[in-house]
Amino acid sequence: MNIIELTNLTKKYGNFTAVDNVNLKIKKGEIFGLLGPNGAGKSTLILMMLGLTEPTYGSAIICGIDPIRNPIELKKKISYLPEDIGFYDDMTGLENLVYTARLNKYSEQEAQERALELLEKVGLKEAINKRVGTYSRGMRQRLGFADVLIKNPEVIILDEPTLGLDPTGIVEFLNLIVGLSKKLNITVLFSSHHLHQVQEVCDRVGIFVNGKLLAEGNIKDLAEKLLGKHSLIVEIGVKHKDGQEIKTEDIKKILSQFEIISIEKRNDYFSIECKEDITSEVAKSIIKSNIDLIHLDKKEYTLDEIYYRYFEKNN
Amino acid sequence: MKNNHNNTFWVIVQKEITDHIRNWRFIILSIIILLTTLSSMYTTIVNISKAIKSQEIEGAFYFLRLFTTGSESLPSFIVFLGFLGPLLGIAMGFDAINSEQNRGTLIRVLSQPIPRDYIINAKFVAALIIISIMFFTLGFLILGIGFIIIGFPPTPEEFLRIIFFIILSIIYVSFWLNMSIYFSLRFRQPATSALAGIAVWLFCSIFYIMIVDLLIKIFIPSETSSIARLISPDYLRIILLRILPNELYSEATTTLLMPSIRSLGPLTYEKVYGSLPNPLSLSQSLLLVWAHITALIAGTIIFFVLSYTSFMKKEIRPR
Repeated sequence: MNIIELTNLTKKYGNFTAVDNVNLKIKKGEIFGLLGPNGAGKSTLILMMLGLTEPTYGSAIICGIDPIRNPIELKKKISYLPEDIGFYDDMTGLENLVYTARLNKYSEQEAQERALELLEKVGLKEAINKRVGTYSRGMRQRLGFADVLIKNPEVIILDEPTLGLDPTGIVEFLNLIVGLSKKLNITVLFSSHHLHQVQEVCDRVGIFVNGKLLAEGNIKDLAEKLLGKHSLIVEIGVKHKDGQEIKTEDIKKILSQFEIISIEKRNDYFSIECKEDITSEVAKSIIKSNIDLIHLDKKEYTLDEIYYRYFEKNN
Repeated sequence: MKNNHNNTFWVIVQKEITDHIRNWRFIILSIIILLTTLSSMYTTIVNISKAIKSQEIEGAFYFLRLFTTGSESLPSFIVFLGFLGPLLGIAMGFDAINSEQNRGTLIRVLSQPIPRDYIINAKFVAALIIISIMFFTLGFLILGIGFIIIGFPPTPEEFLRIIFFIILSIIYVSFWLNMSIYFSLRFRQPATSALAGIAVWLFCSIFYIMIVDLLIKIFIPSETSSIARLISPDYLRIILLRILPNELYSEATTTLLMPSIRSLGPLTYEKVYGSLPNPLSLSQSLLLVWAHITALIAGTIIFFVLSYTSFMKKEIRPR
């Protein structure tokens, strides 16, 4: 069953189309990354899924609920962490969480217990009685994550959750999200323009540009969809036994039986672009000939490359 | 175990009340109002002994005079309240919505399973509760001090008049409160909405009166002119001034607290002829200011409906 189903979802502000005909299905327990440059309409898409903005047309069904018809029922099951989460700065972290829990109809005592439990889980145990105004950016973000978990959600939407965190903070935070999502079988949708992070934690990625969902799938699918053909690069480092310089032609000759698109030489390293995965064949052939293989690396497309290549191609 | 829906509303109200009470802005305003009360009490105490001695009539409403007696240097309590009340209302509402939006807390609260109108209703109710507590406290404080000074308790009628006066003051302040909540929705910056509120307040308490006087002087230059025969300039002035909430409030309070006031507006000789100079009963005084109270409540509701609808339609985005 799909827990998130967007059908022809469109939002127009006057003549400007912020979200253009988006179709998307996300399964339960999946971690989905929404990737796109600033101003692509990611936030608007998210707000429509929460029922905070009305779509011009099309529909979003989350957990089987229409956010426009029954927003309150939906908000019991879905949590949202905005880009720059706001807390009441003059209240302590604990008070902020207890308030959210109380809004979710927990009794005073249950709210306290739940808030304490979650604060411990996100590693803010020492800071529970400090005012949120004194929290660092990373602490706020972790408090935000505790805030999101307090209602036991089925779906969590995170808008740019790693913005402004330091590198270790990002890793910690992402591990926290992924760990809890897998453990509790929570569906996570998060938007980002940090390609690297998205690639690391997401099961599936959607590329979202100018209000349109250009492609979605795992990284391999995306490369195929966006760049047309799927090619990969095998990088080898070689050394001639006699210390002679190896030319591109030599390598071409050795690998003549394979279908090779191009070979690029950089000192003793060659980047071989090919259609299929022939890494082991390349290694065997090189070793059979009188050349030492000192380096072998299969390079799959990273999201960065896909992304930049796609925009290069289109500009 | 989960509680019913209504409790969530009171959770928000509770939080709003805590916010107000902890807020320095509110503490400062309360101190100002408490000090004005005490200082006007002082003048009253000094002057009331003269007032009581000079006219020893039975049923002279000594307790009501605690509220209405002023001196040359200090105005009476009701004048103070008419002046400071709007400021209190504006101060409590001007950042109700926009500051939450700027801090990014509004979207977080709205993504919890609560009806959207709970937020704006709770903001209004919380402020109303605080204003009510404050005014009843002040009113009873004056009554208590008055009791010690005068030496005998207020009559039931005096007591009821004072209660009505307090309720009227609460309505008056909630008018300004709602106006300022509306501004907090219209303007993104709290400073702008506070200035807008203060501008309206200044306009009502100073400039409008000047403009009315000027216009009347221009259009009705002399008492004997032909227009003056159709409509008396004094009467026209009163009608024009009654658009103002502060004018309505001051007319209503003086009528409630000074039972000797028999009519609002000019009296013709025919109207006065044959009437006895008795104080009005409470029901008659109330009848006299019924329109004023209705108008004030109507104004309050208009601003509340305006803010309610614009809040419900507002697209809430993260900051």
